[in-house]
Amino acid sequence: MNLTLKIWRQAGPQAKGEMVTYPVSDISEDMSFLEMLDVLNEQLNARGEEPIAFDSDCREGICGMCGLMISGKAHGPEVTTTCQLHMRSFSDGDEITIEPWRADAFPVIKDLVVDRSSFDRIIQAGGFISANTGSAPEAHSVPVPKPKADRAFMAAACIGCGACVAACPNASGMLFMGAKITHLGELPQGQPERDARVVSMVSQHDHEGFGGCTNVGACSSACPKEIPLDVINQLNKDLRGALMRGE
Amino acid sequence: MKLLMALSGALFVFYVLLHMYGNLKIFGGVAAFDEYALHLRTILMPILPFGGFLWLFRVLLVVALVAHAYSAFYLWSRARGARTTRYVAKQAAQATIRSRMMRWGGVALLLFLVWHLLQFTILKINVGPDAVGDSAGKLVISSFQVWWVVLIYVLALVALGMHLWHGVWSASQTLGWTNSAKSRRTAKVTATVIALVTSVGFVLPPLAILFGIVKGN
Repeated sequence: MNLTLKIWRQAGPQAKGEMVTYPVSDISEDMSFLEMLDVLNEQLNARGEEPIAFDSDCREGICGMCGLMISGKAHGPEVTTTCQLHMRSFSDGDEITIEPWRADAFPVIKDLVVDRSSFDRIIQAGGFISANTGSAPEAHSVPVPKPKADRAFMAAACIGCGACVAACPNASGMLFMGAKITHLGELPQGQPERDARVVSMVSQHDHEGFGGCTNVGACSSACPKEIPLDVINQLNKDLRGALMRGE
Repeated sequence: MKLLMALSGALFVFYVLLHMYGNLKIFGGVAAFDEYALHLRTILMPILPFGGFLWLFRVLLVVALVAHAYSAFYLWSRARGARTTRYVAKQAAQATIRSRMMRWGGVALLLFLVWHLLQFTILKINVGPDAVGDSAGKLVISSFQVWWVVLIYVLALVALGMHLWHGVWSASQTLGWTNSAKSRRTAKVTATVIALVTSVGFVLPPLAILFGIVKGN
């Protein structure tokens, strides 16, 4: 299939970027979206042009490294990550717009690569449990009810790709944060730091310049791991409780 | 900020429901409506002076309005600051018009509120032949015999309905009341019911007056 790509090119963090049009031809529908970009980059290399910088790592849809705004949709038209999106989701002759995540908390480093270390700082602010290291404890010493374990697993599926922020009209990171808070809050190991966690994570989130949630739900529909909107409710509930207890 | 928004919004939900119920008294005629208007001013009367309770309530509403608008503009400016470079192509996410119109709809409601107060509380704008201050009932009936006044109100009530529809759901989510599938469904149904009951309840008197079903004598 032949496609017309409109791609955001930006030489560096401070450089002014622009959309550049590239035609690509003979693309197989079995290629992944990133393989299609690899083909384009080989052609650019052969012509001595600067290849397009984009992030990727596992290419299995589990690491959260890749992420592109494809024709206005985070990770493109399917419910999956950019690396697991295949060209069969497009038709011959399509014009595809490719942009980086747009959020001031995710500054562009180059072309389609953004710096998502603001997410790491939110995790450092409270998205962890404190445990003594050493030999692993006996697995059955702390019982976890099945529904709670299931919900924790569901929330733990978040790979931190940032699609929620990219899709949110307010560029809010609440779905990401809600997933972490739900994941740890459902488990016994997460209880001792539960109140402090939500307060410091929310404060770090606001400090990083993410917007606030207006409960639109664009995050959840863009999420490749289908994290539901109710994790934001869990976050709000934990925050309300923590503030009332004077945290 | 969001809690402030949700709580002040909740007060308004309570208020518009009362206000809507009160307005329906116009179907009982001018006398019934005037009696209701008088009653609002004599609540807790031996303890408070005439109109005392009403003024206390108004002060509370103004405080809530300031809180609601302040938190809205604060969150709005934060959201604008959170994405200063916009997308070239952005498919409007599958967001409903009611959620996308919360901010501009809110501004529209604020402007409508100014008009509404000038017309019916401060009595600076008098539309209609009998729009005088001595009888609330006559004032209302005379005003709504003018078609464009009714049109303004119908538009404002559509905006109010949409604002409540998303607002009630959004507030339940912000207050952390929607943790189970059942409570989420309840919150959505409640939001729809409150939005419908309020806007339909409010729109009935103006339409009834315009079409001459309520004549005021």
